[in-house]
Amino acid sequence: MNDAVVWLTIFVLSVFVGIEVIAKVSSTLHTPLMSGANAIHGIILLGAILVTGTTDNALALVIGLVAIVLAAVNMVGGFVVTDRMLQMFVRRKRPARTEPGATEGGAR
Amino acid sequence: MTAVPVWAQLVYLACAVGFILALKGLSGPRTARTGNLVGAAAAVIACAVPFFYVDLDHVVLILVAIAVGTVGGVVGARRVQMTQMPQMVALFNGVGGGAAALVALLELHEILEQPGGVDVVGWFVLVATAFTIFVGSVSFAGSVITFAKLQELMSSAPLVFPGLAIVFGASLVAGVGLATQLALSPAMWVGIVLALVGLLFGALLVLPVGGADVPIVISLLNAFTGLTVAAGGYVLDNVVLLVAGTLVGASGTFLTLLMAKAMGRSVSNILFGALKGGSTLG
Repeated sequence: MNDAVVWLTIFVLSVFVGIEVIAKVSSTLHTPLMSGANAIHGIILLGAILVTGTTDNALALVIGLVAIVLAAVNMVGGFVVTDRMLQMFVRRKRPARTEPGATEGGAR
Repeated sequence: MTAVPVWAQLVYLACAVGFILALKGLSGPRTARTGNLVGAAAAVIACAVPFFYVDLDHVVLILVAIAVGTVGGVVGARRVQMTQMPQMVALFNGVGGGAAALVALLELHEILEQPGGVDVVGWFVLVATAFTIFVGSVSFAGSVITFAKLQELMSSAPLVFPGLAIVFGASLVAGVGLATQLALSPAMWVGIVLALVGLLFGALLVLPVGGADVPIVISLLNAFTGLTVAAGGYVLDNVVLLVAGTLVGASGTFLTLLMAKAMGRSVSNILFGALKGGSTLG
């Protein structure tokens, strides 16, 4: 199979997966979901590390480091801010906040 | 670029699955927090992988830059008040788009400098590079303006000046023209001008949108950034960027439609309502 076609296949399948997995999202979760997805595209940090680590040009190095800082802000800040939103969400549901996954909270 | 060893490819695959599970988790109230943590873990692992198979230079500087960004992100995310969350997301989205555009510009530089020049890569890679530069810049400028609107650094009312529609259209035509130019005869200046036109287009896209509609525009720009990351993954030959970016692009676009529907508005009305003389909620 042609390389470009392999990439196209992954792309098209990912489009369908991306739509399917969030199709049933409840409207209260729209903002946290947007924020979580926003954090996920911070993975561009990986690309920034790759281009910065393989350059030997001084200007390119500086620009690459800027890109790394920006991407890290996107990724780390994105996940932290999403977690804060969801904490608020959980707290509103159950006044005595319990850790997610802990079931002793019982009645909802 | 170094060939990716099989173990690294498998880790990348696992991380891509992690992102799918993260989105799945985030769409249900009981699983949302776990989903977010799964996504964070997948992102951290994926970013650690290149240190173990690529012969990276400047490792110390890279780690320092990551640390600076991490501190900035955590401090920003912790200090922000609950009411200011949307603009914080906009800002994070903007810097991500900016990072993607910079990465694409650097990769363009690499492509031009490499032995054999541009003939080694296909025109399709150049199209993807142009896409990342342009849309990444659009996302950066658009997000900064939405941040300014929500943070009340500027008026949140729709801002329209005479001729905005013409300049807007012209910048889009210029963007497409420059992208074509970049694919046919790549040069560094074309990439830089393309980025500048993208900044202009992004600003003009968001200025006419009223404050109440801004969250939907943030969601749309978020999807844009996802697609730029996906295109960047193709350019860099990195599958986890492609999958993660595409997931965000697709789910972000769909989420934008859901959000607009929940508000009883259409996306085109939100974006272009003020241009047509109709009202956009301000």
